[in-house]
Amino acid sequence: MAVVVTGLGTTSPLGGDVATTWEAALAGRSGVRTLENDWAEKYGVPVTFAGQLAVDPATVLSRPETKRMDPSAQMAIVATREAWADAGSPEVDPERLGTVVSSGIGGVWTLLSAWDTVKERGAARVLPLTVPMLMPNSPTAYVELELGAKAGAHAPVSACASGAEAIGMGLEMIESGRADIVVAGGTEAAIHPLPISAFAAMQALSKRNDDPAGASRPYDTTRDGFVLGEGAAVVVLESEEHARARGAKIYAYLTGLGMTSDAHHIAAPDPEGAGQKRAMLIALERAGLKPSDIVHVNAHATSTPAGDMVEARGIRSVMGAHGDNVLLSATKSMTGHLLGGAGALESVFTIKALQDRKAPPTINVDSPDPELQVDLVRNVPRDLPASGDLAAVNNAFGFGGHNVALVFTTA
Amino acid sequence: MALSNDEVLAGLAEIVAEETGIDAADVQLDKSFTDDLDIDSLSMMTIVTLAEEKFDVRIPDEEVKNLVTVGDAVSYIAGAQA
Repeated sequence: MAVVVTGLGTTSPLGGDVATTWEAALAGRSGVRTLENDWAEKYGVPVTFAGQLAVDPATVLSRPETKRMDPSAQMAIVATREAWADAGSPEVDPERLGTVVSSGIGGVWTLLSAWDTVKERGAARVLPLTVPMLMPNSPTAYVELELGAKAGAHAPVSACASGAEAIGMGLEMIESGRADIVVAGGTEAAIHPLPISAFAAMQALSKRNDDPAGASRPYDTTRDGFVLGEGAAVVVLESEEHARARGAKIYAYLTGLGMTSDAHHIAAPDPEGAGQKRAMLIALERAGLKPSDIVHVNAHATSTPAGDMVEARGIRSVMGAHGDNVLLSATKSMTGHLLGGAGALESVFTIKALQDRKAPPTINVDSPDPELQVDLVRNVPRDLPASGDLAAVNNAFGFGGHNVALVFTTA
Repeated sequence: MALSNDEVLAGLAEIVAEETGIDAADVQLDKSFTDDLDIDSLSMMTIVTLAEEKFDVRIPDEEVKNLVTVGDAVSYIAGAQA
């Protein structure tokens, strides 16, 4: 059963919706800026910048909504409303409508604020909605409530692969006959001093405090870690039959899914990238495509010294000599790393790239890693082939050795 | 310093409006929290927790089930303050 994408939504460091975000990405703008808080002085937090949302959800949601939902769920709801409207607010049997919206970390602001309340004002002041706000399935549950979705509401958690895994699970819900439509994606709201301190303790974050917009530089020789971002993105997945029957606008087909695990290390990628390569190969096989059919890859590429080249070598290995022709984009250079939202936002970018036949740029790559053997799109967008069916890959990997590759093809 | 019933009502209406989106003007003494204002038990507990802090009173859990109407809550809070 073919599965198509009929709606897109996001709220990201580049914009409060898909159109603004995509326009900013094509323009090569950075959504990374200095944080306006006193965490550095007060707690010694070593990183003072992040990819913060362009539009505060509090400005588009009602006051009770912002009080009942953790920021991660608020962002998911903002993205869902856009995607659902974009899909034409489809008429669908509620028991054939599912949601799969993931977060890598969950309601960390709610959890830690409630702990502050216990310490400072006593246990009696903890609000009764604390648990429903902090649980990692809260975003998918709020999306389920928003849409009245009764086929199932899921939230697979796989760190920075979560958003892509959610889209993969949405594909499988439709393919297995459980649903006609699934709203799938990821969200993350973890720009809080604790996660920043913890990622910094792993030496995972860039410390380029004097140059926030230049800090996320995947494949550049001077890359020094990822930049934390926040936001959400969701896609409306639909069986082609259901979409055609209602005359829906179709953005792309979701044709391939590969999911593997490394069994190597809790945080470091397998240096050979074997699991990542297998994920890409499985996704291609499932899509019925050859590596030479792939014109564009939106890489996971987070700007860490170790991770970027493991993935790039894997892409080259999978693509072989065709790697010379694959247009590679690392959009985290502009958005920062949305953790559980990353795979979803980058799926939106991949779908928009196929629709516009334009690969978005990678910024900040002043001196590309000499080992890089894939055609990196730098600073300005590049055209994909003007005619014929096109296929593109979106990779997402996560701490724990989770590897997800998705293949999208033109409508 | 104890507040008047009107002042407690105004403060309580503010909390209810903030938490549920119900217009503060609709939060009147004769309104039932569940039947008229459609407030579920989690929201009710949230309102109680916030009211305890705002009015500096203690509302025991076993007392909450007796607070059927807004007027019940206003009387209890005003009495507990005195």
